[in-house]
Amino acid sequence: MGFPYLLSSLVFVPLIGMLVVMFLPKQNLGTIRWTATAFSFPPLLASLWLTWDYFFNHAHTYLMAYVEGPFDWIPSLNIQYYLGVDGISVPMVFLTGLLSTVSLLASFGIKERVKEYFAFFLLLEAGMMGVFISLDFFLFYVFWEIMLVPMYFLIGVWGGPRKEYAAIKFFLYTLFGSIFMLVSILILYFTSEPHTLNMLTLIEQGSALPHTLQMVCFIFFFIAFAIKVPVWPFHTWLPDAHVEAPTAVSVILAGVLLKMGTYAMLRISWPMFPDALRTLSFWIAVVGVIGIIYGALVSMAQKDLKKLVAYSSVSHMGYCMLALGAFSSVTAIAGCMFQMVSHGLITGALFLLVGVLYDRAHTREIAAFGGLGAHLPVYSGIMIFFSMAALGLPGMSGFVSEFMIFVGAFGALNKVLVGISVLGVVLGAAYMLRMVQRIFLGEFDKSKWGGLTEIGLRETITVAPLALLTLFIGVYPKPLMQLMAATLEHLVRLMAR
Amino acid sequence: MEVQLPEYSLRIMAPEIFLFLWALVVFTFDLFTKRRTGTAVGYLALLGLLITGVLMAVTSYGTGFGKMFFNDPLSLFFKIVFVGAAFMAIGSSFDITRQKIVNHRGEYFGLILLSTVGMMFLASSNELLSLYIGLELTTIPLFVLAAFYKDDKLSVEAGIKYFVVGAFSSALLLYGLSFLYGLAGTTEIVAMKIRLAETHIAHGNIGLILSLAVVMIVAGLGFKLTLPPFHQWAPDVYEGSPTPIAAFLSVGSKAAGLVAFIKIFVNGLWAFWGQEMAPNDWGVLVGILACVAMVYGNVVAIRQTNIKRMLAYSSIAQAGYIMIGMVAMNEHGLAAVGFYIFAYMFANMGAFAVVAIVEDRTGSCQIHDYRGLGWSSPLLALSMAVFLLSLVGIPPLAGFIAKYKVFAAAIAMAGTGSSNTWLYWLVGVGLLTSVFALYYYANVIKQMYFHTEASPHSIRFSLPAFGVVLIGLVGVVLFGIYAEPILEFASELPVMAGVIPR
Repeated sequence: MGFPYLLSSLVFVPLIGMLVVMFLPKQNLGTIRWTATAFSFPPLLASLWLTWDYFFNHAHTYLMAYVEGPFDWIPSLNIQYYLGVDGISVPMVFLTGLLSTVSLLASFGIKERVKEYFAFFLLLEAGMMGVFISLDFFLFYVFWEIMLVPMYFLIGVWGGPRKEYAAIKFFLYTLFGSIFMLVSILILYFTSEPHTLNMLTLIEQGSALPHTLQMVCFIFFFIAFAIKVPVWPFHTWLPDAHVEAPTAVSVILAGVLLKMGTYAMLRISWPMFPDALRTLSFWIAVVGVIGIIYGALVSMAQKDLKKLVAYSSVSHMGYCMLALGAFSSVTAIAGCMFQMVSHGLITGALFLLVGVLYDRAHTREIAAFGGLGAHLPVYSGIMIFFSMAALGLPGMSGFVSEFMIFVGAFGALNKVLVGISVLGVVLGAAYMLRMVQRIFLGEFDKSKWGGLTEIGLRETITVAPLALLTLFIGVYPKPLMQLMAATLEHLVRLMAR
Repeated sequence: MEVQLPEYSLRIMAPEIFLFLWALVVFTFDLFTKRRTGTAVGYLALLGLLITGVLMAVTSYGTGFGKMFFNDPLSLFFKIVFVGAAFMAIGSSFDITRQKIVNHRGEYFGLILLSTVGMMFLASSNELLSLYIGLELTTIPLFVLAAFYKDDKLSVEAGIKYFVVGAFSSALLLYGLSFLYGLAGTTEIVAMKIRLAETHIAHGNIGLILSLAVVMIVAGLGFKLTLPPFHQWAPDVYEGSPTPIAAFLSVGSKAAGLVAFIKIFVNGLWAFWGQEMAPNDWGVLVGILACVAMVYGNVVAIRQTNIKRMLAYSSIAQAGYIMIGMVAMNEHGLAAVGFYIFAYMFANMGAFAVVAIVEDRTGSCQIHDYRGLGWSSPLLALSMAVFLLSLVGIPPLAGFIAKYKVFAAAIAMAGTGSSNTWLYWLVGVGLLTSVFALYYYANVIKQMYFHTEASPHSIRFSLPAFGVVLIGLVGVVLFGIYAEPILEFASELPVMAGVIPR
């Protein structure tokens, strides 16, 4: 059984949803919320079905599945509408579908300008889906950029006190990266023969490019993608954006947007420029390790709970970069994919939970709390569960991914470097446990926090699937591995050309 | 001796002749109706432009008046831009003619039409003198229009300033053209190209005189194109003149400068698609000016608090981007220029239309008075945001395709030889400065949306003004998603200008 235009529907259903929401009456908040959420369900179901069907019918090969096109879009510039997914895009599509619905459900607390909020959110979802499924460079770039606009508005209109600064910083930073990508795309287009923007063809031809050109294009792409990840030292937009953004937007930022950077590296620049990759892989790993340690140390110093989670993202994405530095090992690359999925689930959930607390207490200062464990047992249980997952407790997805990355990288990279990076696990445990200790254990200030209410049903429903998946991948990682195996092996073959 | 009269072929001039006569009708309409016509004269002008459009569609390609007048895809493309810009300028003028310009509506609309006729002649002329006359007919009505608020100091200042600078630049241009005539012995552009190439091959280098001519003409046209250092009139004139006129200046007059530039430099001074045959390398000079335009325009625009001045500096920067396409002498270059000005027409005319509406209702052009507009007038603000994002070059809007095409042209050209690698730097500057551009365009969006307290003015606007905003919106979105027909049409431009073989 197959659905025609399954991938297109991932993009266009949210877009139609955006238009529908825009024309709903402004006062009818309930209708707006549920309509928007309803429009995120078809993509969610489609992505679930896609994952299921891909697993059983396509996972044995690295070839693109559910291919649509190539249809001519702008023939005079050789631009095509060309979609397809393989083992690395399916998990990302799944994550996007899941987190979009979860975030929309988590956005019901938005009180101001509800209509515009949900319209922008659906546009954001369309853009994110598009990035993970497009196989034409121009199309990829279009989706990559489209996303910036709703993100700019979501942070800038519904954000915290420093929202204007955070929004423009995010927009400028990402656009700055994008222009490097645009130059690279154009250079590749004009050096290919015949001129094409088809990613798969360009990946095939990429290794034939002269070394200097490979280096230039690789570095340009790296700047664009590294800003999105964000790789140290391009990370400074991230804490600002995360702290100022409303909860649901932080979830999307951490859960999906950051993954675009690493996904694009795996999809595009890594297999396309093997020579450049060989030359630079060590330094990529070094930047990754700096990110791991730096992110963890800075997290430890945070007083604001949301900022702590934000900096922990820098640290966690550092593991991905370390794995990407060890490109010759399938285990490391698989670990990178695992880390992307698991970080999306765990950090997404952590941001949701921080939002739950903030909605009630109106502060995120760690020092202000204490002893919440006895007062809010369910909330504390869930929060502690995800904190443990984030610090890499065995049995949860974070452990699997970090373990795979270390094993893979140890064989493929400088052993001292990997040794240093393992310190990150210790530091991760340190900042997470300190946070847990200071918020949930110790003296409970009844006069101050006695009025806090327990986590609600809707909020529990939003984090429940994330918890289940974290546990499932942690206990039984095999299906996810099987889903990606053929694609990853092919990628590693391309990178080792 | 028998005098042989050239073939006149008046029929291919039908749109111009019609529009000229119609402009006279619009002028005199007020006389017969004792100035009590209300908005009728405006609709009359719009009708004239529509009929001109139909005539343009049915008029066949060909040459007339000997070889002085060409009707080819190049001229037709630019004529569409001129007529479109005039249409949108007139549409957004209805509000000011109702309140501020009550006694001279006929003259106001008639002068816009006359200026449009000048642009159309310019686009079709293939001879230096008629080209110059077309340019003058374009500019002189605009001097008057810039000063049309007679009681407003700023408007009168704008008119005087534009007049002085315009006259000076025309003189420079004419002086440069006279050098070209002296060198080639003919004013016909194609013949001039051949003569110059012959001289070039015979004597190796034509030398100083040609360089002088190039510099003079670049300066003369640089005023029209607002290329630094010839841009200084633009912010003051845009600020002072009626907003629709500022819009028309920034699109129509700029497109006219572009077409004159193409005629003289590409048709005339870029010979036979081979660099060894080119009599003079004007590309680097223009490239440097483009570079300065992008940096200067985008940086200074950041500091502006008046939205018309901001759009003036942004239009200086946009001229820089367009000139990147101009110096990329390949099959993409002029096509990029064409598409760029086409997309720019919708976005810029649309943005100015919004400015005109807001100015009309609130009396202010300050950016901080746009505060909260997104919540009090959602459609207006949304349109403005889309126009500004298109000017930045955010996909999938038309402005993005335009920028993509321009940079593609330059990178393709840069890859063709070591003497062209400087184009990579031009692309680099262009891309980096477009990040600056985002800052000031996003600043307007920030004012409109990020301050959630609703603005006191809920802005209502008239039907024609709404129509102009809608045309802009549809154009920017439609030609962003479905750019192919225009790109296809624009791909004729390099062929017509003789950059690539027919």
